[in-house]
Amino acid sequence: MKPVPFAYVKASALSQVHQLLDRYGDRARILAGGQSLMAALNLRLSTPEVLIDITGLTELAGIRVVGDRLRIGALTRHCEVETSDLVNRYAPLIAQAMPHVAHPAIRNRGTFGGSIAFADPAAELPACVIALDAEIEIAAGAGRRRLAAPDFFVGVYETALQLGEVVTAVEVPIRAPGFRSAFAELARRHGDYAMVGLAAQGSCQAGRWRELRLAFFGAGPKPLRAARAEACLLSANLNAAAIAQAKFELAKDLDPFDDIHATAATKRYLAGVLLQRVVRTLVK
Amino acid sequence: MSPREAAAPGRGRLDNPNSYIGRSVPRPNARRLLEGQARYVDDVQLPRLVHVVFVRSPHAHARIKTIDTAAAAAAPGVVRVVTGDMLAPYCSPWVGVLTHLRGLRSAPQACLPTDRVLWQGHPVVAVVAHALAQAQDAADRVEVRYEALPPLVDPEAALDPLSSVLHPELGSNLGFERRIAVGDVDAAIAQASAVIERTFYFSRHTGVTLEPRAILADYHAADQSLVVYLSSQAPHMMQDLLAKHLGLAETRVRVLCQDVGGSFGVKIHVYPDEMAAAALSVMLKRPVKFVADRIEAFVTDIHAREHRVHARMALSGEGRITAIDVDGLTGVGPYSAYPRTSGVETNQVINLIGAPYRVENYRARTRVVFQNKTMMSQYRAVGHPIACAVTEGLIDAAAGALGIDVAEIRRRNLIADDGYPCASATGMRFERLSHEAALAKILTMMEYPALRADQADCRRRGIWRGIGLATFVEITNPSPAFYGAGGAHIAAQDGCTVRLDASGSVVVQISVTEQGQGTETMVAQVVASAFGVPIERVRVITGDTDNTPHGGGTWASRAAGIGGEAALLAARALRDNVLAVAAAILQAKPVDLDIRHGLVVDRADGSERLELAQLARTVYFRTDLLPQDLRPELVATRHYVPREFAFAFTNGVQASHLEVDPDTGFIKLLHHWVVEDCGTIINPLLVDEQIRGGVVQGLGGALYEECLYDAEGQMVNANMADYLVPMAGEMPDIDIGHVETPTGESTLGAKGVGEAGVAGAPAAVMNAINDALSPFGVHVTTMPFTPQRILRALGKVTG
Amino acid sequence: MDRFVLLSMTVNGERVERRVDARTHLVDFLRAELGLMSARVGCEHGVCGACTVRVDGEIVRGCLTLAVQLAGARVETIEHLSETGEIADLQRAFHERNAVQCGYCTVGMLMTAAELVRTRPDADRAAIRQYLSGNYCRCTGYQAIVDAVATVLKQHKEALSP
Repeated sequence: MKPVPFAYVKASALSQVHQLLDRYGDRARILAGGQSLMAALNLRLSTPEVLIDITGLTELAGIRVVGDRLRIGALTRHCEVETSDLVNRYAPLIAQAMPHVAHPAIRNRGTFGGSIAFADPAAELPACVIALDAEIEIAAGAGRRRLAAPDFFVGVYETALQLGEVVTAVEVPIRAPGFRSAFAELARRHGDYAMVGLAAQGSCQAGRWRELRLAFFGAGPKPLRAARAEACLLSANLNAAAIAQAKFELAKDLDPFDDIHATAATKRYLAGVLLQRVVRTLVK
Repeated sequence: MSPREAAAPGRGRLDNPNSYIGRSVPRPNARRLLEGQARYVDDVQLPRLVHVVFVRSPHAHARIKTIDTAAAAAAPGVVRVVTGDMLAPYCSPWVGVLTHLRGLRSAPQACLPTDRVLWQGHPVVAVVAHALAQAQDAADRVEVRYEALPPLVDPEAALDPLSSVLHPELGSNLGFERRIAVGDVDAAIAQASAVIERTFYFSRHTGVTLEPRAILADYHAADQSLVVYLSSQAPHMMQDLLAKHLGLAETRVRVLCQDVGGSFGVKIHVYPDEMAAAALSVMLKRPVKFVADRIEAFVTDIHAREHRVHARMALSGEGRITAIDVDGLTGVGPYSAYPRTSGVETNQVINLIGAPYRVENYRARTRVVFQNKTMMSQYRAVGHPIACAVTEGLIDAAAGALGIDVAEIRRRNLIADDGYPCASATGMRFERLSHEAALAKILTMMEYPALRADQADCRRRGIWRGIGLATFVEITNPSPAFYGAGGAHIAAQDGCTVRLDASGSVVVQISVTEQGQGTETMVAQVVASAFGVPIERVRVITGDTDNTPHGGGTWASRAAGIGGEAALLAARALRDNVLAVAAAILQAKPVDLDIRHGLVVDRADGSERLELAQLARTVYFRTDLLPQDLRPELVATRHYVPREFAFAFTNGVQASHLEVDPDTGFIKLLHHWVVEDCGTIINPLLVDEQIRGGVVQGLGGALYEECLYDAEGQMVNANMADYLVPMAGEMPDIDIGHVETPTGESTLGAKGVGEAGVAGAPAAVMNAINDALSPFGVHVTTMPFTPQRILRALGKVTG
Repeated sequence: MDRFVLLSMTVNGERVERRVDARTHLVDFLRAELGLMSARVGCEHGVCGACTVRVDGEIVRGCLTLAVQLAGARVETIEHLSETGEIADLQRAFHERNAVQCGYCTVGMLMTAAELVRTRPDADRAAIRQYLSGNYCRCTGYQAIVDAVATVLKQHKEALSP
């Protein structure tokens, strides 16, 4: 279908975006890469009166190191993130996830910030930023604020963004060497949203976990840290018994719902399988 | 000579020096497609064209209380808003029955209903506007008030006497029932050494043609003529039906099927929205275009294959099948489709179960039940994948129960290659098939013993691979007994006109059609071969009722066997005509002459005597140079229809090699093989690619595709993200081999092949999955074989 | 801020200027405004890939791109790629291998294959399949398309090291 009629404006400054959002509220939508919004518009699931194109705000694009953090501008396109040396070096988990994000033509337009703000519970990047202990930088008319990633994702397509706010960047702490990352997802076809997936980061020392961050996606209304499973693994040696116990604890960490491909029970089960496989990969 | 040997220029089949039969000629018409110059219906622009969008029922079953079109009619760009009662005078209703499917009944269906909606997606109101977006905007403003009624969403429930009857005048929701009883099944079962019993479920799925359904109807009031650009496989059938239902003279209706972006049977049925678009053109006296959008396509294109089949197979101790007992149930839509009905699919299921094997005792019952879901009808390989999966699933299970290798049990049961002609238990007459040769060939191609050794080795390492075989019989080249005898104006014959033009080029006009399988190329090859010119000189015209003889079109894998034969006969007739003229010009006898490479030559030594162009110019412009009593005709038309056998049955066998991950339920397709016998192969490249495309379509049905409905009759996955079609990443490479058993009915000897890939693939995959799972003592019989279904079978998840 | 926007961009080397309804996606713009019918609609929700065209040298989903977002952009459709001969090798390989049947996916497939050939010269069959996974074809079953792309990759390699 064709979208409903709307007025279009290309913003030349962030302040203009805030003004328009203040004025139009939820009758307006922000357009960045458009890879999620356009589908919703074409299906008439989204019917805005005003579309605010922010792709002209070039200061919101780009990847650079700022102190001890890797800063990914919200308007950085997925294809740029995918091929970035800085991302490969300092946030390899994202590089591992990128080939699973849709398909090349979509990655050529879709933006990193767009994926974060869209907050699809089965998407790869929100789980990655949680596993990476990232912070989300948000701009409002009054100024900027930062949220830890887990506080940013609230529910299905729901974030902590208030009316008028825009994601401007994601900042990832640069880890010491010795940190490993692993990523796995189960999808019916390459590029599909995952049935369930796991983005993981951790470090081992002397046969034990020092730090471990397991972020599941497709297993709840938002990406979820498997806190109990992590605790279980952190308190034990790196062995099969620990993993089995962690799988048991995992069921309480997750909150999947039934969908057309799998019931909640199936997703819980598959999450356990991924836990086992990903943890083994991290250890190796 | 094998088709591959004949790929080199020069000698081919049919003993013509420049024969193209058996040569892998790339499609001359593909260049257009590769450069973006294709012409699909939506590419056609006409002056004063308007777009129609349909307001569709959100309910699976409801009474229409009120329709308020005032706001829509006032919307920008709107030309007219039309309801069922306004359209009724322009288009008569239809009923999808065939008299030879005895007992099949259906309620009449109009373009747009006036009282009730019967499936989610049922078109209710037509909104016509200058621009498509305007029509969609206006459609949002149409207000229809419905009174929801309880929907029928389960065929078993629909047969319950306590369920409401969808069409009270029919008395029940049973649309069709057929029984077959041959021999004594109960006795055979009682005496059997092994009885295998299974219930197979096949998901409802749909074609998902990449070009959605599309029609552009252009009515000219001054001469009461209608030109229709239609994405369809059967232009003459549609010409007849449009004339009939719109009250127009057939000769004033022209149907054009130019480039069609995929059909697979989807675009061979009458759709209410398409008929409405044509009726609107008559009403508004201007061109009206309708193109389904993808969401609409999911809920309005015909669906297929929703079947539950309960079956038993009885065998002797040596694994010989003694009986098969089948009970089938299929839930269709609220009406039987028109004009090909919703009864043919299940009819073919029970006709084809057991077909490759000698079975003396066979009993089957099948029932077709109306539901409030999208309508169901013929979709590529109609019924075959179901019949094949039931048969092949049972025989594999029997092999397991009796401890016989799956290839061996088939060898013991296949009809012997020297056992023809013969008939199946269900009365299907086979001219000559090659099951044994095909099975032997595929086992060699796949290196069967090595695969079994690999399987055993993998099992020791905790890797679970499976090998699955599926033999099948396919219906091709149907005779008039298939549709015509049942009262439908669906031609089993096709016609071809071949003409030599003044420049020496050959123009072919033929009633079979092109949807990408290469019909035009195949026809050009046949004509070039039979007439005697280089293929570059041959131009083929299809898909135009004004410019081709009357015929059936392309469906049921009939274009090569029937259309090709008509082309051959016409080309030979033209050759005879030309040689008669040449003989007069050259003072020779026609029998001493031949046409080769575009020249009239001495048959004996091949020496060149006369250029075709020169002969043609003489006939057209210098008739004064020809003898007075000579009546030259540089054009010939021939029609062909198979008469002796009801169908040209073909046979094939497929094999699947895959790996099951028992922890995730995911299946990795490692490889696939097909050995197919479709008689004479005209173009091996085109044939093999048809098989490959069909296999992947079958794999889609086996692993991914499912139209999911909720309890309210809503299709919950009606979009490309949620309805899963096979994409490149998960599909295997497919190796293909052939046996060639030409049919004796025609000169060409070609049978059909377009649907063979689909027929056997789901069965092969199912058998491979069950082979992989056999160490776990579990099996699966519900398609598609999703990871969740595999995990449930393994007991890894419940509920 | 307006519903109708004056837009100029370069399409197939030609500068074009039109006033468009902001909600017009790139495929509809190319088809309705410029008569470039090679741009196709298959699903309009970004999944099937039939709409794939090139913007500023990269493939995009035409149905997920608003024309108004492309002010000053350089758009190329297959008519242009055919004319310049840029994808002649791919077109020839597709033709010889019969990687085209109904043709509806072909334009998007060629666009995507061209980007693959440019950016992944070492792609093996599995990588080719994965790259093309965003382009739906119902007719070919994909193998012939993979074969054709693999052929071109091999030809390019051989041309580099004669």
